[in-house]
Amino acid sequence: MIDRLRAFGAFWYDFVIGDDWRVAAVVATALAVTFAVSKTSIPAWWILPAAVAVVLPWSLWQARRR
Amino acid sequence: MTGTSAALFVAVFLACAVEAVEAVTIVLAAGTARDWRSAGLGVGSGLVVLAAVVAALGPALTAIPLGALRLVVGGLLLVFGLQWLRKAVLRYSGHKDLHDEDAIFQRELAAARTAHAERRFAVDDWYAYTLSFKGVVLEGLEVAFIAITFGSNQHDVPLAALAAGCAVLLVAAVGFAVRAPLARVPENTLKFVVGVMLTGFGIFWGAEGADAHWPGDDAALLAIVPLVALFALGLVALLRRTAPPRGSAAASVPALQLEQP
Repeated sequence: MIDRLRAFGAFWYDFVIGDDWRVAAVVATALAVTFAVSKTSIPAWWILPAAVAVVLPWSLWQARRR
Repeated sequence: MTGTSAALFVAVFLACAVEAVEAVTIVLAAGTARDWRSAGLGVGSGLVVLAAVVAALGPALTAIPLGALRLVVGGLLLVFGLQWLRKAVLRYSGHKDLHDEDAIFQRELAAARTAHAERRFAVDDWYAYTLSFKGVVLEGLEVAFIAITFGSNQHDVPLAALAAGCAVLLVAAVGFAVRAPLARVPENTLKFVVGVMLTGFGIFWGAEGADAHWPGDDAALLAIVPLVALFALGLVALLRRTAPPRGSAAASVPALQLEQP
């Protein structure tokens, strides 16, 4: 039973998070920052593109070093 | 059809076509090496499970407020898109082997030929049945997720469902007509394009769900997608400079179009 639960969890982790957890962590953080900034007078639309511009090269760099 | 509707159709069609190619490869291996009837039963059972998931998930998604839906779905699409794009950039820069449907078919075929035949319930070959079932459900879940979430977010589930249906029917028809893995489909290029589109839509919907407002509203999407593509191509060019020597990984691939004719 525990093995099945573990396999179920592993399937969803792989389905949602994938190979690099940092990508999911940066996206979640960027969404939270966008939400917070959108409540101020500062435009918030640029935060997600900026996060992508940082996390994709970072993730690629990590993958290349392995 | 507006520009964003066309982008929705193309994104769902391509994403679903890629998943369908993978599912068809698995079913073809199960049918060719084992038993077509059992493989067919696996496909049928898998489609019933998928229909149940879509029937449960579809109405539930439409009940969620659009802002929350866009936040969650945008975030998930962005994570999926970046994972696809990461792999695609690694493949085209020579740091990872290209996805080879022919090699995958041969591997599945070899594994299927060595497994023991076992009759269970009304299924003659349980191995062929479960192999097909898993292939259809696992790849189909992604098709269903993409079609439902894209459709819900753009208020056009019928268009997304049409795109998904066209892609799956086309790939399945071609696959079973030739009875061979669809190695001539430029799957690596498709994966690159789908990664770009998922990332683009994810950025757009994620930011909107988090209450940000795009300059130009929906038209911003038509700028985001090409910019993501240019950025990814720039990374490919940059990483290619440090690619491992020829022979290891796929360092000999000089351009996006050269994988299969």
